[in-house]
Amino acid sequence: MQVYADNAATTQISRVALEAMMPCFETYYGNPSSLHSIGQEAKELLEDARQRVAACLGCEAREIYFTSGGSEADNQAILSAARYGARRGKKHIISTAFEHHAVLHTLQKLEKEGFEVTLLDVRQGHNITAQQVHDAIREDTCLVTCMYANNEIGSILPIAQIGEVCKDAGVPFHTDAVQAAGHLHIDVKAQNIDLLSLSAHKFHGPKGVGALYARRGFPLVNVIDGGAQERGKRAGTENLPAIRGMAAALEDACANMEENMGRVRAMRDKLIAGLSRIPHCDLNGDRENRLPGNVSFCFEGIEGESLLLLLDMKGVCASSGSACTSGSLDPSHVLLAIGRVHDVAHGSLRLSISEYNTDEEMDHILTVVPQVVQQLRNMSPVWRDLQTGKREFIL
Amino acid sequence: MALYSEKVMDHFTNPRNVGIIEDADGVGEVGNAKCGDIMKIYLKIENDIIVDVKFETFGCGSAIASSSMATEMIKGKSIHDAMALTNKAVAEALDGLPAVKMHCSVLAEEAIKNALKDYFDRNNLPYDKKLFPDCANCAHCH
Repeated sequence: MQVYADNAATTQISRVALEAMMPCFETYYGNPSSLHSIGQEAKELLEDARQRVAACLGCEAREIYFTSGGSEADNQAILSAARYGARRGKKHIISTAFEHHAVLHTLQKLEKEGFEVTLLDVRQGHNITAQQVHDAIREDTCLVTCMYANNEIGSILPIAQIGEVCKDAGVPFHTDAVQAAGHLHIDVKAQNIDLLSLSAHKFHGPKGVGALYARRGFPLVNVIDGGAQERGKRAGTENLPAIRGMAAALEDACANMEENMGRVRAMRDKLIAGLSRIPHCDLNGDRENRLPGNVSFCFEGIEGESLLLLLDMKGVCASSGSACTSGSLDPSHVLLAIGRVHDVAHGSLRLSISEYNTDEEMDHILTVVPQVVQQLRNMSPVWRDLQTGKREFIL
Repeated sequence: MALYSEKVMDHFTNPRNVGIIEDADGVGEVGNAKCGDIMKIYLKIENDIIVDVKFETFGCGSAIASSSMATEMIKGKSIHDAMALTNKAVAEALDGLPAVKMHCSVLAEEAIKNALKDYFDRNNLPYDKKLFPDCANCAHCH
């Protein structure tokens, strides 16, 4: 049995999305910028897709800008708000310590340009409160950027409350909704969101395409120059097949959201309950406000990469925030941000499931994970030291 | 392409010489939990020959495979031969390691050297200090 439990990394494309894409390769291959009929047919499909994406987010079609994905949308949203702020003498940005690197690295770039960044502490409940945002807002704050839900530990942030705080303070609010779109109800108007990023391949759409929602009138700056596409805000011939695929996938996800959420949550809770029985482990992320498909644990005494390799051999595809999987000596910044010490953060496991998974697959995961954890603990000098009292248990 | 060679995967999934030796003649431990890998090597030595060797490793797949291979390479060998074991030889015996994982083979070499040093110290045997790693000041974790 092979179980794909890494849906936060990417998802399998849906049949609906694939079928929406195919005619754009074979029939509607025109360039939407072309004046002739084949180009104009493509243009119509493009604008239809924009309308459908907008409907899923509760905004107008002209507030949607298609991008190459979530990272580009994050970059453009943050840089736009920063430039707009700088023009008004405002150079302070509020974000959280567990954002995706698409946000954090963009903020670091701005810091080098003289912006000041406040990263909100996420140790309490592995989440933030709107009060923290409220307390951090200053006269010169030009942007609040908080992810909708965390990709590693699944915490869902209080977006509507943060939106209200930002609206009251007159500060633009961006949210990286890459993990939320298609999985959670989003209404940018009701939630007072000014800028929102999403990525298609996280909800069974194709890779390499995403969208930026920018409230009407928000002054966007270009990340890519060189053409009048996307109302002059994003140059480059539109990737129509991918955009059509994204629109179809998002519509499908939103139409079936309640049903999917119920099924996926039940599987998630089964995994969390089962894995919690492994001694000396702890769940990462907000227990209550949690992505339907996210399961994230730290297991003491073992290292994440070896855990992933053994799980893969037993048919379970998962991910980890250990240093060996992050390509650096430090484990995931998210796990460190929520207060996990290095020793424990190295032993993390993320299982992210979707409605494509089954109950049988959950049973398989619950059989193999405890085995593999024990197998690694049996050869770990850290585990021996913990057992013999030479080292104190953290979890 | 797979991340690791078949040899690495073999030694990772079926590690040789896992465990401890209660009455070891030399024990060496390198690395720390903070950086995500610790190797501990136990040696049983008779007449300058390593008659038994065991290891425990907390770390990634290549760290476990490197420990396993390194213990195989010194088992039954003289302490002189064990002293001469290099990380490069361990990595080559595993049909290579990814560049970012070469430090795992270094840890294996250092763990064995530390265990030998412990043996020399316990038996008041003279040795050249320069031949041994200075883990407290190694750039890997500090």
